[in-house]
Amino acid sequence: MKDIADELSEHPFFEGLAPETLSLIAGCGVNAVYKPEELLAREGSSADELFVIRKGRVALLMHSTERGALQVDTRDAGDVVGLSFLVPPYRWPVEARAVQTVHVIRMDGKCLRDKCNADTALGYELMQRVATALMGHLNARSIQLLDLYGQLEL
Amino acid sequence: MIQWTAEQLDAFVQLLHDEAYEVLGPVIRDGAVTYGAMQALPVGYGDEQAAGHYRLTQRGDQTRFGYNLGPSTWKQFLFPPSETLFSVRDDLIHPVENQPGKRAFIGVRACEMAAIEVQDRVFLQGEYTERRYEQRRQQVFIVAVNCSQAAATCFCTANDDGPAVRGSADMVLTEVNPQQPWYLVEAISETAKKLVAKIGGAPANDEQHHQAQAAVNEAAEQISRQLPRKGLRDALFDALEHPQWDDVASRCLSCGNCTQVCPTCFCSTTQEQTDLVSMEVRHQRLWDSCFTEMHSYTTGGAIHHKTRSRYRQWLTHKLAAWEDQFDVSGCTGCGRCISWCPVGIDLTEEVEILRKSP
Amino acid sequence: MNDALIPELCNVNGRLEDTPDVFTLDLVPPPGYRGFAPGQFNMLYVPGAGEAAISISGDPEDSYRLVHTIRAVGDVTSQLRTRDGHSQVGVRGPFGKPWPIDAARGGDLIIVAGGIGMAPMRPVLYAALADRASYDNIYLLYGARTPRDILFQEQLMEWHRQGAITAIITVDAARPSWKGDVGAVTGFIGRIPVNPRNTVAMICGPEIMMRYAASELLVKGIPMDRIHVSMERNMKCATAFCGHCQLGPYFVCRDGPVFRYSDVAAMMEVKQF
Repeated sequence: MKDIADELSEHPFFEGLAPETLSLIAGCGVNAVYKPEELLAREGSSADELFVIRKGRVALLMHSTERGALQVDTRDAGDVVGLSFLVPPYRWPVEARAVQTVHVIRMDGKCLRDKCNADTALGYELMQRVATALMGHLNARSIQLLDLYGQLEL
Repeated sequence: MIQWTAEQLDAFVQLLHDEAYEVLGPVIRDGAVTYGAMQALPVGYGDEQAAGHYRLTQRGDQTRFGYNLGPSTWKQFLFPPSETLFSVRDDLIHPVENQPGKRAFIGVRACEMAAIEVQDRVFLQGEYTERRYEQRRQQVFIVAVNCSQAAATCFCTANDDGPAVRGSADMVLTEVNPQQPWYLVEAISETAKKLVAKIGGAPANDEQHHQAQAAVNEAAEQISRQLPRKGLRDALFDALEHPQWDDVASRCLSCGNCTQVCPTCFCSTTQEQTDLVSMEVRHQRLWDSCFTEMHSYTTGGAIHHKTRSRYRQWLTHKLAAWEDQFDVSGCTGCGRCISWCPVGIDLTEEVEILRKSP
Repeated sequence: MNDALIPELCNVNGRLEDTPDVFTLDLVPPPGYRGFAPGQFNMLYVPGAGEAAISISGDPEDSYRLVHTIRAVGDVTSQLRTRDGHSQVGVRGPFGKPWPIDAARGGDLIIVAGGIGMAPMRPVLYAALADRASYDNIYLLYGARTPRDILFQEQLMEWHRQGAITAIITVDAARPSWKGDVGAVTGFIGRIPVNPRNTVAMICGPEIMMRYAASELLVKGIPMDRIHVSMERNMKCATAFCGHCQLGPYFVCRDGPVFRYSDVAAMMEVKQF
């Protein structure tokens, strides 16, 4: 049977990490399953977890008084959700909710932070992966922001 | 070749009228030499030109071609500023059939002959043939003139387009001796040979050939502006972010005068004209200019939004992209855009700066 | 056609409202219309309003209908939206260079579309699906504003369900009820398996989106000359006579609208060029 370290090694976000590094951080993770519509994290709540998506889809939503709930992004297998665990003040800027049944490895944010602080080489490695992911999200968000396809009306 | 007196030349113009040509040539109008329907050649007119400057002058001599170039071009007769392509009546499209008669252009200069051939490439030698242009072009009899003098704005020598006519005119004249002019006449086409034979004229001797050549050489020597073409295409495409575009944009009014007097500019737009009485719609084509906002309009807005990008579009098209598109430069060195620019922008000066690294 | 500047009036088979601002106009091809290749466009004419360049969105094999999917943004396109079975529309065409569908045979095809850019891509799908065995994987990455702005949704999903194509349809924003993807279409290129040596990519959408998409495809190792984009410029005549659609050395109407990315990438970086 696969353990958490094996599962992490198969995930794009952790691809290429040394086996000893993987077993070190695997200790912070547990498997979890979320049902459709189930909340993974509430907007504004404490960001104590990194969700490593193995299967299913997670929607990121923002709530606007005038316009109600809006999906601004979706994340699928191969993605991670919850990068705020690494950046103070460790708060969720959006709501994360399962669209379909979602299988994740739920990583304890504080546990990961402690390991990064204790081993700065690991910290740097993870920070690079977080930065790459953020860059991709930032580029995508810039394009969405431009509303290229016309007037945004919902 | 033969030689004519001024009287024989005037008789030739009359002959063209008698032969049922619509005779188009120099007409003094609005203080300038313009081109239009002409009875007889005006005598003794010249011009004085500089950047943003044109004055009609009296030469006090007997020249028929003592002027250089005015704001008119022959383009207006082959590619009219406005024409209806088709009309819609009773739910049917009616193409406008233009059946042009015979026309004679009198006094086409070397740079203008080159410009006509540039537009031939645009309208006749691409994937599609512009039928209206073709029909008009086939009906034109061209009496070209080698220049015996140059304006200060001329630079035909920069691209080897003049001052001697190099293109496919029906006949070529050289005017010699301004006080009592005579003309060296070279009839090239069969039509020209037949028409010239009706006027007669003595064969030109070696001395006369020599004098005619000297007159053209003198024109070439008067040309001071330069626009070296070697490497120009690449230099301009490499200079798309040159600060000089901002500099020229600070002076350019985006008025489009340069494009309207240019003998090769071919941009056009279309317009619907609806007659509310007859319920007829006319689909018209009008000259356009790349200096207008609407020229580059797309659903996302105008691409050439600012003067900087419009001037850049005009100059890089004329002097660079044209070579890719038509295998020839879009500029024949007539200098009209220099004279008729209200703020005196001189493309030869702009190019010189653009060629240097900022 | 004897004179490429004179349209022919054709009857309207029908009109379909696709989204709040996009409609599909189905015309009876004019007599002698020689068919079109995916990516080509027609000039559509409404007497009194004028002409507009409209890409053809129908099946190239269907010689009974000439289908255009149009976003109503200007005078002409708004007038086109009023056309129905009782009225006529002038047509000239087809014009322009098509998508290089043949070049994709024997390998993977990646199509990236944004907004109304989906319209000229549907003929590519029709053509490729008519000859499905000649292609390996066909991916469609399509971005729209919102779920109700998605064009041809039923048809695309049907092709996806059949396994004929792998379609990823994403929107910029959605209500919580939307179960599909949300996010910029360019962000999805990283998620599909790409075989860089044997893939042809075709991109159509706003220029910024095409640049981002191309740069993602380049990261995946697809050579620049196997990435194709469809450029939009003002087109009045479609015959390289009117000068409006210039892009550096090119006339978009004649040399495009489909270009190799390697031929236009540098110019796309120059502002207002």
